[in-house]
Amino acid sequence: MSAAQQSVVSIEGVTKTFPHGNVTALQDIDLELEPGEFVSLIGPSGCGKSTLLRVIGDLIQPTSGTVTVNGKPAHKARVDHDYGIVFQDAVLFDWRTVAKNIALPLEMLGWDRERRNARVAEMMELVELKGFGDHHPWQLSGGMQQRASIARALAFEPALLLMDEPFGALDEMTRERLNLELLSIWERLASTVVFVTHSISEAVFLSTRVVVMSPRPGRIAGVVEIDLPSPRGVETREAPRFFELVTEVRELLRKRGEHLFPEEELL
Amino acid sequence: MTARLMRKAGEWAPALAVFVLVIGAWEGGIALFHVQQFLLPRPSDIVRAFFSDRHTLWPAGWYTFKEALGGFVAGSTLGILAATFVGRFKSVGTAFMPIAIAANAVPIIAFAPIFDVWFNPLSPVSKMAIAAVLCFLPVMVNTLRGLQSASPRQIELMRSYAASELEIWRRVRVPTALPYVFTALKVASVLAMIGAIVGEYFGGAFTALGVLINSDAQIFHFVTAWAGILLASMLGLTLYGSVVLVERLVVRWTPAAGEA
Repeated sequence: MSAAQQSVVSIEGVTKTFPHGNVTALQDIDLELEPGEFVSLIGPSGCGKSTLLRVIGDLIQPTSGTVTVNGKPAHKARVDHDYGIVFQDAVLFDWRTVAKNIALPLEMLGWDRERRNARVAEMMELVELKGFGDHHPWQLSGGMQQRASIARALAFEPALLLMDEPFGALDEMTRERLNLELLSIWERLASTVVFVTHSISEAVFLSTRVVVMSPRPGRIAGVVEIDLPSPRGVETREAPRFFELVTEVRELLRKRGEHLFPEEELL
Repeated sequence: MTARLMRKAGEWAPALAVFVLVIGAWEGGIALFHVQQFLLPRPSDIVRAFFSDRHTLWPAGWYTFKEALGGFVAGSTLGILAATFVGRFKSVGTAFMPIAIAANAVPIIAFAPIFDVWFNPLSPVSKMAIAAVLCFLPVMVNTLRGLQSASPRQIELMRSYAASELEIWRRVRVPTALPYVFTALKVASVLAMIGAIVGEYFGGAFTALGVLINSDAQIFHFVTAWAGILLASMLGLTLYGSVVLVERLVVRWTPAAGEA
């Protein structure tokens, strides 16, 4: 099938300027994502990484350039439910139980109740939330809420998963555990992931490729191929190659002449 | 279950104690200081009048309650509809909101005599109109605020599912607005009762509670007037309590509702 060969995401010459304040958020971005890739977008605040994610999701229109998802224009892909999205906050609906939150996209797709329930049960097992279906979001911890939101994004098996700093608001321990869980989910579902993050170590640990971006205007400063062996685990973070790659990403970030991560953990 | 009941009882005990204390002090104080009955009757006399005059008092209460209820339902419904309309069309909202907020500060009860001219003062419609106008603005302003409080992220999530505006409205805006709406409805329930009673002070059917309280006070039947006030308070609380009850049934997802 040719569909298997084509890029999941193809970005060509995308520029985005915001008329207010005449800000160029993105300039001449070219990027191809192959099926099954895990690509992180990393860069300082204001480098346009979240904007780029939203352009891929057709939530923001680019000023120029084209975005193709699964071989169709981004708009068509959105209408076809070709991607799931996870934000920094879990964005769960307070008035729905955890199970109903996960079922939301399935309701939008018009699945019948039986099919929805079966899939929700499956997803809750996948993200280890079994038994919490009848809870309301405020009864869950931050990490559990974010797992529910990942389950919701994956419930309809989209080919593409867009993640906007999904673990940014969590503590370091929870973040590392969820990193591992996300990797095992990604390996099982074989979906393509675009992952926006502030954290160098998180980007290197998770990705097959790290796209380093620089601000004003938002551009791709460089791409680092992550050749760490799979499956990755706790020991990956202690491997010498891991540190080399972290350094490589950091150098790319630093080459822009700014210390942009004063708060960044330096491992 | 019993533990929960005990805890509930424990929560209510201080309020109950204060209530009993105040009534007791009232009753005792009047005997002690020989307060004239026209200044302040004893609670026991008021309660006695409440039952002895039940044949005129209670139907009058029901009559006025229906006016308040009619005004509450009409005013709140119109308020919610107006907020829905204004929320749908932003330009309409920016044009009307400052006026609505200014109008909210107007003492609408001052218009009561005018409403009697517009509508027949003896018909319940004139009192319903006052109650409805009183309810309208707080409900509209709060509902609109609720509809506009929807989280941008939640809307963005719905957009990612290619949801229509109508679906975003139904699945995000309305549930977000509901707690705001109920807050407004609670305020409106109190205002509706005030509107109906005060409207009747300016004239109305002899079968109305406000007219009864007013005329009893004028002919020095103070105990009966107080019994009327007691009834009006009970009816006001009933309307308010009904709204709270409906709120508990509808808005079940808040932490407070979960613990209750």
